Amino acid sequence: MREPDSANSFDDLEFYAAIGLQCGLEVHRQLATEHKLFCACPVRPYSPLYDAEILRHMRPTLSELGEYDPTALMEFKTRKQIIYRLNRDTVCTYEMDDAPPFALNRDALERALVVAIMLNLNLVDELHVARKQYLDGSIPTGFQRTCILGVGGRITVNGRRIGVRQLGLEEDACREVSDVGHTRTFLTDRLSIPLIEVVTESQARTPVEAAEFARVIRRLCHLSGVVRTGLGTVRQDVNVSIHGGSRVEIKGVPRIRQIPPLVHYEALRQKALLEAREAAKARGLGPDAFDEGDEDVTAEVRRLDHPVFSQAVAEGGRARAVVLRRCAGLLAWPLGPTRTLASEVSDRVRVVACLDRLPNIAHTDDPSLGQAWWREVRARAGAADGDAVVVVAGPRQDVATAVEEVRIRMREALAGVPRETRRALPNGETAFERVLPGPDRMYPDTDLPPVALNDDDFERARARAPAPLEEVEARWRGLGLSRAQVDALLFTDRFRLFDEALPRVRLRPTVLAYLVADFLTGLGRDGVDVGRADADLLASLYGSGTAGTLTQKEAAAQLREALSDGRHAP
Amino acid sequence: MSGDERWKGYRGPAREALIRFGVGVWEDVWLRSRKGEFRGLVLPRNETADDRHVVLKLETGYNVGIAADSILDVVSKGRREAHYHIPEREFPTDPDKPRVTLLGTGGTIASRLDYRTGAVIPAFSPGELYGSVPELADICNLRTEKLYAVFSENMGPEQWIGLATAVAREIESGVDGIVIGHGTDTMHHTAAVLSFMVQDPPVPIVMVGSQRSSDRPSSDAALNLIHAALTAARSDIAEVLVCMFGPTSDRYGLLHRGTRVRKMHSSSRSTFRTIGDIPVALVSREEGVRPLRRDYRKRRKDRRVRLDAVFDDRVGIVYYYPGMKPDVVDALVERGYRGIVIAGTGLGHVNKPLYPALRRAVDAGVHVFMTVQTLWGYVQMYVYDTGRDLMDLGVVPAANMLPEVAYMKLGWVLGHTHDRDEVRRLMRTPVANEVTPREPPDGYLVLQGGLPEVERFLKKHRM
Ligand SMILES: [Zn+2]
Repeated sequence: MREPDSANSFDDLEFYAAIGLQCGLEVHRQLATEHKLFCACPVRPYSPLYDAEILRHMRPTLSELGEYDPTALMEFKTRKQIIYRLNRDTVCTYEMDDAPPFALNRDALERALVVAIMLNLNLVDELHVARKQYLDGSIPTGFQRTCILGVGGRITVNGRRIGVRQLGLEEDACREVSDVGHTRTFLTDRLSIPLIEVVTESQARTPVEAAEFARVIRRLCHLSGVVRTGLGTVRQDVNVSIHGGSRVEIKGVPRIRQIPPLVHYEALRQKALLEAREAAKARGLGPDAFDEGDEDVTAEVRRLDHPVFSQAVAEGGRARAVVLRRCAGLLAWPLGPTRTLASEVSDRVRVVACLDRLPNIAHTDDPSLGQAWWREVRARAGAADGDAVVVVAGPRQDVATAVEEVRIRMREALAGVPRETRRALPNGETAFERVLPGPDRMYPDTDLPPVALNDDDFERARARAPAPLEEVEARWRGLGLSRAQVDALLFTDRFRLFDEALPRVRLRPTVLAYLVADFLTGLGRDGVDVGRADADLLASLYGSGTAGTLTQKEAAAQLREALSDGRHAP
Repeated sequence: MSGDERWKGYRGPAREALIRFGVGVWEDVWLRSRKGEFRGLVLPRNETADDRHVVLKLETGYNVGIAADSILDVVSKGRREAHYHIPEREFPTDPDKPRVTLLGTGGTIASRLDYRTGAVIPAFSPGELYGSVPELADICNLRTEKLYAVFSENMGPEQWIGLATAVAREIESGVDGIVIGHGTDTMHHTAAVLSFMVQDPPVPIVMVGSQRSSDRPSSDAALNLIHAALTAARSDIAEVLVCMFGPTSDRYGLLHRGTRVRKMHSSSRSTFRTIGDIPVALVSREEGVRPLRRDYRKRRKDRRVRLDAVFDDRVGIVYYYPGMKPDVVDALVERGYRGIVIAGTGLGHVNKPLYPALRRAVDAGVHVFMTVQTLWGYVQMYVYDTGRDLMDLGVVPAANMLPEVAYMKLGWVLGHTHDRDEVRRLMRTPVANEVTPREPPDGYLVLQGGLPEVERFLKKHRM
């Protein structure tokens, strides 16, 4: 099988079909409401300023079905102290989890319904607010309040019908400031801003198609007129799996163009992990292969000059070696351009054991610490020639957690691809973030009654919903506008001005589109007040005479003049 | 399976729809409504919810409601019932650790959810508690006993007397400390009455609860319980105490005297405050119990305790407001009330039109005491004529007793005697610091947000 290289265009249908790529998206987008979802706090621009801090911890609780969620247990192991920064202008006792929720924001609900209708969803008649556990501290309650408006919808992507699994209405989480050792700090201004979550079916056949899904949803959201736009108002989670692999969720991808390489490298990572599993099985390794064999090697580490370990033991920490029987060579198994199985082990040690100064592990597949030193460590730990050894160092309790995490990750390597959420790295690869949560983390919110939707609610939202995206786009394309011009109209949110002005000007539609989307945006960037450029102004400039023969350049010059001298000001 | 089980919580049209399509709760169904198709598990319906919707749990874990009158078709794909359980592990015993008894009255120290009613069901056995708060085993050997399972607003004289009796019995049986799980709404009422009913105990009696139920990851329940267990097992403060969060942050708990404590916020974690004084101690996992004062009753080896569990509930609190009509007082007297605690304005005042009614009350043998609705500060009825007039009428100032505490004390006193002089003598003789001779300068601190110096303080110290 031929593997595309990193310079490829990520659209080789044959290759991705052969590995069984399945890819879908969860798009999170803020709604342009004045207030937050469950309290009267205003939505304001983000600010790093804060007036006070509170300190909390998270404990896992039982889900409705009586089980602990695996993510919850992982987060509990990290023993994090969570600090929330509070700004009196944007946060009240609700966000602090010192007051129960107020009634669901009806404006947010109506806006979300508009999008639900545009996504052709089967709408529910009664909303049940659920608590979705997040023990990472990103929400002070330990759960996100969220509800489903509809399931089983569809969008059209390049003429193909793509399933939309569901649309959720939920509160946004905090913004992370830092995560060092056992302390994680958040700003709370973003917390509880109303958000929609659009979940597509995993029907993207190539990484490029996944990005196309995101673009269509983005266009649809802009066309809806109900969402917030601009930096930090949208985040994409990308779900990826291949044949024999597992669902892995790449969290919080802010830009659509990042999606293709992320999907590609994740697919390749899963393929490589499955190959590593076969290699491990061929060595006769079973699930109990990693159950025992670890030894204190603090004395050995004291003799090293290591950028992290030396400091760890100098601060009173310990070092431990974990023996991985018959694993020599496996840790160096490549999983991507810059990553190996050892990178995955290191991620776990960083995230779960909070040993976050890197490099946080040393292992026998990387001989940089010297053969002589490794001989001593092997001898101390009782490791044979074919065994691999991993060394970790830090506070005693963290090291104990780290040793356990090394074993857990190696056991998972024998099972194949662990179900994880991962974060995007700049080069298109990903790193472990958390264990993927299951449905066990959902439980009903006992603080809020179910919200019944009536016919009036649906009618109001239907009246507010624009014509379907495909229809609107077909009309614009029919006027001769290019794909890029259509996107420019949508993404600058000036498509309404275009439609309003179009019947009142004699300009060619492509020229009008250029003026409204590209040229006005440029002027705005140069500091010109473009707010006055409404349909009346455009009609007065181009409504008569020879406007139909104006070139783009000529028309633009007139508009610039009109906006700079104020002649046409009302 | 009975119909009540099969259509649990469903009434009216929703129940009829389920019956019509032959499906019940816990069945995995494919459902078609006028708005489209849904696949999920039929959940029991909360009994307080309307009778027009059927609840499905989708595969993603979300619940949704479908209007019963829009359902066109339902096909069952099998049955899958979920069971709640709290991971129960045997509570380890260690002969070297102190013995603590946890008495339960209700409230939610540890709990699980009942999703039929949405109610929180308390977890209570030592095994269940150990499953949810394993740290307890590092502190003490725990025995639990469920006395009541009521919301705290439903606690009353019968429960107070039962609780006091159980506390005395536990002390005599030799435990090293007692923890009482209690809903927070009336925790300070029960703390006050216990302070009168269980006098001079040799061990700590620690009341505890939670402001965020323990079914939430951010709950204060586990930490409060750990603090209470630490206090009961190890502290040398042999008094009735309320142990709840100090700040809203997970930092430390405060130990408040049962007669000087009050719930001051409807939902905040840092809701309990000592009023007109400072708390007895701080408690944290890191430092244990750190006393803030020295004048508390010390732990003793003996097992002597004075149980005095009586209560006359013919007592009422009258919260005075300008324009109050005298018939409010007359009504109490006519209905046979024997004691009235007035929460007066300022230093302890009511308007003139009430005087004749108060006179009638006193003449009828009703014992009338004055407290202040400002909560902080003393009744001082000599300063203004109003006060002097009221005392002439037979209204007795109750110093700095909190209104709820005065209510509890008067009920307790009237359980002993109705002799006017004796009632007055007992009310004026402090049993457990319900009246203090002085209010320290820092006994009244309600920091005012927005002030520059307070903002500086908040920035420096976590709330
Ligand atoms: Zn708020």
